[in-house]
Amino acid sequence: MAKVFFDHISTTPLDSRVFEAMKPYLLEWYGNPSSHIHDQGQAALRAVDKARSEVAALIGAKPGEIVFTSGATESNNLAVLGTAEEAGNGKRHAVVSGIEHFSVMNALIPLRNAGYEVTVLPVDRDGLVDPDAVRSALRGDTALLSVMHANSEIGTIEPVAEIGRIAREAGVPFHVDATASAGHIPLDVREVPADLVTLSSHNFYGPKGTGALFVREGTKVAPRVFGGFQEMGYRAGTENVPGIVAMAAAAAIASKEMGHWADHLGRLGKMLWDGLSGIPLLHFTGHPTKRLPGHVSFWVEHAEGESLLLFLNVKGIMAASGSACSSNLRGQDEEDLVASPVLRAIGVPSDICTGSITFSLGKGNTEEEVRLALDALPRIVERLREMSPTYLDYQKRMSQGG
Amino acid sequence: MTAGPYSAKVMEHFMNPRNVGEIDGADGVGEVGNPACGDMMRLYLRIEEGRVKDAKFRTFGCGAAIASSSMLTEMIKGKTVEEARAVTNLQVAEALDGLPAVKIHCSVMAEQAVKSALDDYAKKHPG
Ligand code: FES
Repeated sequence: MAKVFFDHISTTPLDSRVFEAMKPYLLEWYGNPSSHIHDQGQAALRAVDKARSEVAALIGAKPGEIVFTSGATESNNLAVLGTAEEAGNGKRHAVVSGIEHFSVMNALIPLRNAGYEVTVLPVDRDGLVDPDAVRSALRGDTALLSVMHANSEIGTIEPVAEIGRIAREAGVPFHVDATASAGHIPLDVREVPADLVTLSSHNFYGPKGTGALFVREGTKVAPRVFGGFQEMGYRAGTENVPGIVAMAAAAAIASKEMGHWADHLGRLGKMLWDGLSGIPLLHFTGHPTKRLPGHVSFWVEHAEGESLLLFLNVKGIMAASGSACSSNLRGQDEEDLVASPVLRAIGVPSDICTGSITFSLGKGNTEEEVRLALDALPRIVERLREMSPTYLDYQKRMSQGG
Repeated sequence: MTAGPYSAKVMEHFMNPRNVGEIDGADGVGEVGNPACGDMMRLYLRIEEGRVKDAKFRTFGCGAAIASSSMLTEMIKGKTVEEARAVTNLQVAEALDGLPAVKIHCSVMAEQAVKSALDDYAKKHPG
């Protein structure tokens, strides 16, 4: 049976060229960059230095501004907590958008407990943060502003350049979580006045377990992991050399090929979007045009999200849902079953557990696969609706002309 | 069958649910919603001589909800009204070879639907 992976927003497969690049650092060059008096350590040190330049180049940064971490969660934690700690006396206010990732949102919990005030910015129906709302939220005592570049669940791309200029004027450190966008659409820190940017390797065809935080020269961030003096003191611990080398290889490929793949994915995404718009009572989520290429998200009335995903999987199509109903299957009890905060933020009725379905396409996907999904989905929707009491009622209302 | 988070039994009932539909002039109709997630189940019963002669359902919900609905209708058919009322959600979950912890509440909807349909029956057929 066909295996169609439409869940690239959760992770991407390793590019085989990336694997080739990292392989020698798993098998041959196993040195520790901190122990570099000998050839092994030297090789590792040089590899990490080179990697730093390549990752920096992806976003127009200087090599010394890239701190390698274990991934986006650590980068986001470091950005939020590290900045707050350095913010200095009396600055006990943070501003974030309402659609940030859990690794930003939950990093605010210890800050709140320590007496910080947090302003959560609303988004509009398309998931956009209003720059004017940012302007009025920033205060003299604001320690940090965090707004993501693109949202993984609904695909919307935020106006981070404009928001960054506002933050700069106000003198507030600005963090951009670029986990979903980096390597897929351009982000250049020479144009976007961000002070901190989160990057995640496995979201652009690198391996899991490696990420980076861009820390603009002069930005103060206190470490969260204590130990040796690796990563310019921002992050202790022996470097994940193969992971770092691989992330850099992935970044170099992305820098070169981003435009090509964005076109390809944009085309497939449009095909998918156009095909899906033929399904009655289907609602797209996120911004219609300011969105990640190849990212199509929606919810369907009278067809529950998890059931749709289960049926799709049976047909060999793997997609994701933002709804906690399906994403938290490993949870302990029904308390873990809360409506997606992102969907709530954009005004999807919260009493509907449908969740939004996210189709996120990647380099390997083809038109053929899009056609397969477009063929399968209407039938699945139909089947679930035939089973649904709400659809029955809806049909009755319609036939009565109501 | 692909593994996924559910048992093979759940997936089997999800893919091929038994007794989907309505019963015209049902003796008892129950409808319950799940406030935790907005899902909904409607159950129709035909009752003859104190026994559940037929049961049909419509459910809007997750895989566990649909499988629980299907399993429930199988379990109560042929049972006396009292026996049907005594069916618990855990029995439904067990018959499905278990449900993930977070999905146990979905089987509660099935239990409540029988009770609600039987209440409706009792109201329509007093004494
Ligand atoms: S999640 Fe709603 S009934 Fe299962």
